[in-house]
Amino acid sequence: MPRFPSQEWAVAFKDALNTSKNYAEAARNWEGDFYFVVTDIPGQGDPVTMYADLWHGQCRDAYIVDELDAHRPAFTMTAKLPTWRKVIEKKLDPIQGLLTRQLKLEGSMTTIMKNVKAATELVNSLSTIDTQFPA
Amino acid sequence: MWFFRAPHIVYGEDALSYLASIQGERAFIVTDANLVKLGVVDRVTEPLTEAGLAVDVFSEVEPDPSIETVTRASAQARAFHADWVIGLGGGSAMDTAKMVRVLADRTDLQAIDVNPIEPINLSGRVKLCTIPTTSGTGAEASWPSIVTDHSENRKLILGHTDSLADVAIVDPSIPAGMPAWLTADTGMDALVHAIEIYAGPWHNDFVDGMVLQAIKLIFEYLPRAYRDGSDMEAREKMHIAATMAGVGINNSNVGLAHALAHSLGGVFHPPHGRATSTFLPYTLQFITREAPERYADIARWLDLPGDTPAERATALIAAYKQLQRQVNHPVDVRGLKVPEDKFYVNLDHIVEAAEADGTMFNNPRIPDTQEVRRLFEYAYAGHDVDF
Ligand SMILES: [Zn+2]
Repeated sequence: MPRFPSQEWAVAFKDALNTSKNYAEAARNWEGDFYFVVTDIPGQGDPVTMYADLWHGQCRDAYIVDELDAHRPAFTMTAKLPTWRKVIEKKLDPIQGLLTRQLKLEGSMTTIMKNVKAATELVNSLSTIDTQFPA
Repeated sequence: MWFFRAPHIVYGEDALSYLASIQGERAFIVTDANLVKLGVVDRVTEPLTEAGLAVDVFSEVEPDPSIETVTRASAQARAFHADWVIGLGGGSAMDTAKMVRVLADRTDLQAIDVNPIEPINLSGRVKLCTIPTTSGTGAEASWPSIVTDHSENRKLILGHTDSLADVAIVDPSIPAGMPAWLTADTGMDALVHAIEIYAGPWHNDFVDGMVLQAIKLIFEYLPRAYRDGSDMEAREKMHIAATMAGVGINNSNVGLAHALAHSLGGVFHPPHGRATSTFLPYTLQFITREAPERYADIARWLDLPGDTPAERATALIAAYKQLQRQVNHPVDVRGLKVPEDKFYVNLDHIVEAAEADGTMFNNPRIPDTQEVRRLFEYAYAGHDVDF
């Protein structure tokens, strides 16, 4: 069972997206890569950042990055580990998370608001990953 | 974490006279030409002038207001240096006014920039008052603005939770002059709001009580207001019910019937409430095949018969259809005067727009692309949903 966040989890994330028919369909017009930033990890000073290259319903690559300037992604979504956990376990609706600023998103909001379904299916596929969280 | 927000609501007989007591200097009324002609704008200008405010009027809001209209109205409000924006009308005028208030305050933004996710940091310099002239949209009490983007033939949900009105004036004498068909369109829309909110995954205890009471009021008073527009008790109860459902929208979200109506509306522009009203029985049939419980709750509150959740949900759909007949509402999309050939030519686009709609996911059962398409086809042909 992959631990969140980790390289192993990034691979599971890529697989989950690429096997989701719903995501492939909902995000068929999507162009835009992401940083997912996880802060407040117990016993760890620095945030962990996962890069995901999302392109027309596919995840072309996903991995942990050490240097934030490795990419200039179209979107950056940042949240504390307990918030990510709630999203992955489907205890927090991601749109409600965004509206209450528990999830912070940078990038073109116009693009997001026109692609709510792709964003929602992306999060739905997160919840299919059998995930272990740091205690 | 979640919020409960509502404007300061001034309601009942003579509520409009509250305007004579507001503090400010320059009021900018956002409305439509018809309300100028009917003298409703004069009824608002009078107490504002009495309060010592200079008044300017933008009366060019069209049904399904466009980004261009919002931009023009905002430019006029900025030039006027408004410190109050008054949204007077149905959903279109009030939605435009909500955007105008934000853009009059944040002169560095354009309409398309106003989204609910990024902080909007209003200065508080420009206040907003909403005055509904129909009993249905609930836009007086909710933050979203539905704005049409003609370049893509679709409706966008713009606005920010902070763009809520400071004051909503819910005076039943204003909608009392509505013709019966408008009473029906707007009243049924309020009912669709309340039902979708109660059943949606964003429902919460604060809102549940509001929308259940709204549903009861509408089932009881809409037929009366429709039959006899001078029945002031029915007018007042409908006006309050619509605002209660609007408070519901503000703190929750509407669902599938709205997603279908918004996307059909982006192409064919039927009256919003007539479209949501038409779609609701089909979306309820679809959802309740898998998730009848919340609808069964509503049925129990209305004393409708049934031993199981499925039976009670079916009774709710039957009661809804009976109400549709009482107010002479269409029962299928054909009845919305959408020509068959044009409907099918545009169906791919309409399905895609429905799936991208912000309300698509606020449902106990979410359709996939094929199911969205079939929902449209069944709703066009008037077939009971069997999938
Ligand atoms: Zn509506």
